[in-house]
Amino acid sequence: MRGARSVAVAALAALWAAAAGAQELRIGLSAEPSSMDPHFHNLTPNNSLLKHIYDRLIEQDENQRLKPALALSWKAVDDATWEFKLRPGVKFTDGSDFTANDVIYTFCRVPKVENSPSSFVINVRAVIGVSAPDPHTLILKTAQPHPLLPTELSNVAILSAKANGAGQVVFDRKECQNAGSFPKTEAFNSGQAAIGTGPYKLVRFTKGDRIIFERNDAYWGGKQPWERVVFRPITSAGPRVAALLSGDVDLIENVPIQDLPRIKSNPAFKVVQGLSNRIVYLHFDYIDDQPPGVEGTNGKNPFRDKRVREAISKAIDREAIVSRIMGGVAMAAGEMLPPTMFGANKDATAPKVDIEGAKKLLAEAGYANGFSLVLGTPNDRYVNDAMIAQAVAQMLTRVGLKVSVDAMTSSQFFARRNKRDFGLWLAGWGADSGDMSSPLKALLATPNRDKGMGTTNPGGYSNPKVDALLEQALATVDDEKRAALFAQASKAAMEDYGAVPLHFEMTTWAFKKDLTYTPRTDQNTLAMAVKPAP
Amino acid sequence: MLAFLFRRIGQSVLVMAAMATLVFLGVYALGNPIDILVSPEADQIEREQAIARLGLDRPLWVQFLVFVKSALAGDLGRSFVHGLPAIDLILSRMPATLELAFVALVIAIALGLPLGMIAGLSPRSLVGRGIMAGSILGFSLPNFWLGLMLILAFAVELKVLPAGGRGQTRELLGLQWSFFTADGLRHLLLPALTLAIYKASLVARLASAATRETLVQDFVRFARAKGLTPARIVGVHVLKTILIPLVTVIGLEFGSMIAFAVVTETVFAWPGMGKLLIDSIYRLDRPVIVAYLIVIVATFVVINLVVDVVYSLLDPRIRLSERKT
Repeated sequence: MRGARSVAVAALAALWAAAAGAQELRIGLSAEPSSMDPHFHNLTPNNSLLKHIYDRLIEQDENQRLKPALALSWKAVDDATWEFKLRPGVKFTDGSDFTANDVIYTFCRVPKVENSPSSFVINVRAVIGVSAPDPHTLILKTAQPHPLLPTELSNVAILSAKANGAGQVVFDRKECQNAGSFPKTEAFNSGQAAIGTGPYKLVRFTKGDRIIFERNDAYWGGKQPWERVVFRPITSAGPRVAALLSGDVDLIENVPIQDLPRIKSNPAFKVVQGLSNRIVYLHFDYIDDQPPGVEGTNGKNPFRDKRVREAISKAIDREAIVSRIMGGVAMAAGEMLPPTMFGANKDATAPKVDIEGAKKLLAEAGYANGFSLVLGTPNDRYVNDAMIAQAVAQMLTRVGLKVSVDAMTSSQFFARRNKRDFGLWLAGWGADSGDMSSPLKALLATPNRDKGMGTTNPGGYSNPKVDALLEQALATVDDEKRAALFAQASKAAMEDYGAVPLHFEMTTWAFKKDLTYTPRTDQNTLAMAVKPAP
Repeated sequence: MLAFLFRRIGQSVLVMAAMATLVFLGVYALGNPIDILVSPEADQIEREQAIARLGLDRPLWVQFLVFVKSALAGDLGRSFVHGLPAIDLILSRMPATLELAFVALVIAIALGLPLGMIAGLSPRSLVGRGIMAGSILGFSLPNFWLGLMLILAFAVELKVLPAGGRGQTRELLGLQWSFFTADGLRHLLLPALTLAIYKASLVARLASAATRETLVQDFVRFARAKGLTPARIVGVHVLKTILIPLVTVIGLEFGSMIAFAVVTETVFAWPGMGKLLIDSIYRLDRPVIVAYLIVIVATFVVINLVVDVVYSLLDPRIRLSERKT
């Protein structure tokens, strides 16, 4: 009887496996996308997932270099005019043809998404005029030279004008004509408006549970190996690993470091890891005369002294953090963007630890006896963030500073950091744009609302040399010259220790041994990057 | 009966209003959701616009008045994260939680009641002591640990049950239920068991104590003297008597399983309301947190009412109007 039952169970299990099929791919995600509307929430989990349904004019490859997608080619006709040649013969999943009108429609819809918690307007704001001399040519006008336009457009998903009931759309920055009424976010979630040109079609989106795609056989980019792809958000790390080990899913992202050895030692699975665009760094409060938590400095702000910042950088043993706390799954950093990316200094190496040098610098700055400070850090945002902060605190203690760590959940941390509640804090920055403009503009440029500079520089770091080089770079359309200017600007900021880079995170993926995955710097998990192993 | 109902409902409305106010202010004090929601790449202008789109640019008291006004009209606001009405989000997650709690309850009663009665009938025997000792264990195991161990045993090692998630669902009354498919039940089993083991221990201990108390009462002796079979005495007369305290506890426990299956739902990636709550707290999605707690208070009120009614059915001596609550 017992024998018969276990045979029945085995048979059932086999049936189950057969039903899942070789052409179905199941992926466990570490964060849940909030919507199927590609213009609703500009955040990585959404952007990554929606690349399956919608295409962009330009896409970013695994190293975030730009490559043609719905646009075959693009060039700057003059400093403020861009010409895009569109790919002919592309069809939306409702059967309509992709033309320049769809792009114009998309430009009109992006600013009109209701209740959007984070809009894509930042990616289309530079465009002041759009026209289409023929259905497969697009002319974009910007007010000033705007070399980042192709990069920004690689973040904007193209919708169908026809499927959403629009006519021949005429672009206007305030109110487009003939665009009809824009579809609501709900219509995308239900699948009704989820019409794109991408490699997959949406079958079902059940919040909290799963997102099911099926292959778009009319996709212009070639046939995908998977007939059906199921994404399951499993936000807790342990259960995500369990789901992989038990065979519930075929691939997971963001494997916790402590589980890596176990999965690597199991012959049924493989692990790949790749450098990400995310830097973990220390940043300072330059604004307050007496930064919160700093004591023993006679009312002076020690961080305004370059020697103190340099001493802090010298006191940190980055290699030790990478090998002991990050389990080797990180790379010690010498600037804010990995050396392989656009605008980085290819020779930037991580500073070596130099305790005596650090002590000497502190003494020169008048802090021979050190001072005390509080290091703020999130404890659930970056890989092992609170542990890194503890290690940094101990390393700073070795050179005579009295450091206590204040770790908290990320919602608390970001609110308090933006209010300048810490003198020194640990945070991370992902260069979504894939080039040096991202960390420079956000973290190291002087805060300026009208120019959109220094958006995540609450401590108010300000270096005229960095600002000037950055502004010059942002007005240089020539790629090579711009990259050189970015590199110079970054070098100037790093030589001034404006912020202290620690390491670049690496992203990990684990999957069944009969698959392969190409790691991506943007940390996206795409079914398109999963292939059956040869 | 009617007066009792009105008083009950009046009290509940007061509780809900006080709770909603506290939670609203509490979440506001926690932090600014925009710090988490807005893309890090957003510039200052886009940030300001996003704050305005979510209505967070207004002073707290205006935000609160707007909330109260629309809440009175039955609208609990829109989720910051999802852009959908908070109440719709919660209701769409409710079936998953309800069926999980229900299955867990059935398992808890099916295991706990007989075991507790056995232990109560022969408290000094090896079996009786074994059950009581086991219930202490079931009582003290932390939920998340138990869940992870069950996953390790049944999903990772034996590979007979899935490690998490919800299985195939069928529609009934416009909602999705996984009761009706084999796949759905397979997915339900482990999380329900995780929830049930603690409750089963509770039920077993209560049942055992109640059985021991009841056995020495006069009506049991009388029944024995009358010559009734032991099976009938235990199965009808004792059972009926011990059900009264059990129903109260089980009812309240059912409520707490619906409201606070958060840990179990997280461990099993179960798409229920608890998971929604924890995600919403993490992202400071205030409308969802407030609406969720209002729904939970309402659920408890309903469950308490049902418990009182069942009570009066089980024990005809109890009149609803006489019970002061």
